[in-house]
Amino acid sequence: MTAQLTGSSPKPAVKPTAKSKAPGRKKGTSILVTGILVVAALYFLAPVYWVVVASTKSTADLFATNGFAFAETFNLWHNLSQVLSYDGGIFVRWFLNSVLYAGVGALLATYIAAAGGYALAKYKFRGANLVFGIILGGVLVPGTATALPLFLLFSQMGLANTYWSVLLPSLVSPFGLFLCRIYAQATVDPALLEAARLDGAGEIRIFHTVGLRVLTPALVTVFLFQLVGVWNNYFLPLVMLSDTKLYPITLGLNNWLSQVNRLPEFYQLTTGGVLLSIIPLAIAMVVLQRFWRGGLTEGSVK
Amino acid sequence: MTTPPTRTDPAGAAAARPGRTPNTGQRGSGRRTSAVERAPWLLLAPFLALFILTFILPILAALLSSFTKVTRSGLFGEAGITSKFAGFSNYAQALADGNFVASMGRMLLFGVVQVPVMIIMATILALLLESASARWPAFFRAAYFLPYGVPGVIATILWSFMYVPGLSPLIDIAGWFGLSPDFLGPSTVLWSIANIVTWSYTGYNMLIIIAQLKAIPAEVYEAAKMDGASPVKVALAIQLPLIKPALVLTTIFSIIGTLQLFAEPQVLKTVSPAIDSQYTPNLSAYTTAFAYNDYNVAAAQAVLIALVAFALSFAFLAFTNRKSS
Repeated sequence: MTAQLTGSSPKPAVKPTAKSKAPGRKKGTSILVTGILVVAALYFLAPVYWVVVASTKSTADLFATNGFAFAETFNLWHNLSQVLSYDGGIFVRWFLNSVLYAGVGALLATYIAAAGGYALAKYKFRGANLVFGIILGGVLVPGTATALPLFLLFSQMGLANTYWSVLLPSLVSPFGLFLCRIYAQATVDPALLEAARLDGAGEIRIFHTVGLRVLTPALVTVFLFQLVGVWNNYFLPLVMLSDTKLYPITLGLNNWLSQVNRLPEFYQLTTGGVLLSIIPLAIAMVVLQRFWRGGLTEGSVK
Repeated sequence: MTTPPTRTDPAGAAAARPGRTPNTGQRGSGRRTSAVERAPWLLLAPFLALFILTFILPILAALLSSFTKVTRSGLFGEAGITSKFAGFSNYAQALADGNFVASMGRMLLFGVVQVPVMIIMATILALLLESASARWPAFFRAAYFLPYGVPGVIATILWSFMYVPGLSPLIDIAGWFGLSPDFLGPSTVLWSIANIVTWSYTGYNMLIIIAQLKAIPAEVYEAAKMDGASPVKVALAIQLPLIKPALVLTTIFSIIGTLQLFAEPQVLKTVSPAIDSQYTPNLSAYTTAFAYNDYNVAAAQAVLIALVAFALSFAFLAFTNRKSS
């Protein structure tokens, strides 16, 4: 498919403005490339469009009309109020749980990973390489491999089926520490730290005033990674939680979906719930994707 | 919320002490030195404590329990539980389970097809978006990346509506052409799952590749321009070799992800009878642990999954390194 690039402006410029200078001859290529991009966009957006349409339909229309076309009756507000009020507003609770697990978890995880990465980058101490090596191994361990034994461990500690059982594992981001260490090595100037020391600032204080500030771009990346990771996590809460009141949104919606075979009205609850849960993330993705680039490839395997 | 750090501080302080003692007498600025020596451990303490709790201990526990056999005496285990060293018998039992081995094979087949398709798609989209011919690159980039923010469970719920006869607009549309695709049958459902995974992660991989493309210095393009290289030539001869690290990284992440596949088949199971409780290795381990309550064999399965993921990642790394040298 790369052949379709033929004839486009010779320099694959980073600046999109370059195309304004492209002569008319390149117009065909531009249309072809854009056409491919549009087809790909249709693929990625079609299911989202479907759920927007489906959540405006009544259960009868859902099955009677084509999924990509709106029905005559507009049922969106009724469906959404059903979603929000069903079972005493359990959906809102699931949503807030997700915000707690992902938001608070990612925030603390970023701080903890920054402190660790900064320490490993800016101090020479015995055991530093060993500690880093072990943590690096943690990046490669599949998350699901630890979930089962973690459940057994937490059961013995009486932590299973509590908020802590999902929140505590969400506070650890080996990948985040890895990124922060690389970034701190490259950007935190030792002279700046020495100057702060001569001013009589304590080591921990220096980290908070100098280190965190310089690390900010990396922190945004780590935070976003962890936020999406925890928000999307399914296996860990599934293993840990049995009380539906503690469920994050993923588990809750799956709980609704599993009832559609017996009770068809759960189709409406599920589609409405999916729509409501996608909206904030869609906004977040669109707004934050430009922050996503920094540090992504710094950790790449060379 | 502050519990973890405060709880772990004593451990960090204790860990720092042995390092401090030998130095205090040697230098005049002993207090200063000890503070500098204690600081990294203080900063690392919260991470290390949580890392030990949620990584090291569970991994050790899994290893230990995979080599242990628990026997309950009495009809319901009321006469006590004894556990003893079992050697590799749990591993033997896991590997003798035809369904578990078959699920591994299924994931290999899945990975051999899905991972290249996804990485090639991501690479092409990245190259097109970074080419001068693309219009509205910011909009397309956001549209492709959006599915990454949709949790696997919700992505699967969405696509399951696309697959279920009666609901699916795709089957309706295919019907106009006299086709009746079955997305949930025994021979097709694996590729329906592959589609969900591709939908979810192509945009994410594309962004990693774009990040690497943006890192290519402008002089390289200038030189190619001087030589009169066509855009296709630039893509194949310059861009592809230079983004190799990103391609290796995304491929390894995808291999590990494939072996961990769980949410998609588990959710799709509700609508597709073709997916059994041991469809993927992780689903198998989950079933062994929670349906059969055999934690020891489940632990052996989890260790085997991790080992296969490691082995495949390193094999792939070795393969790419050999090819480039």
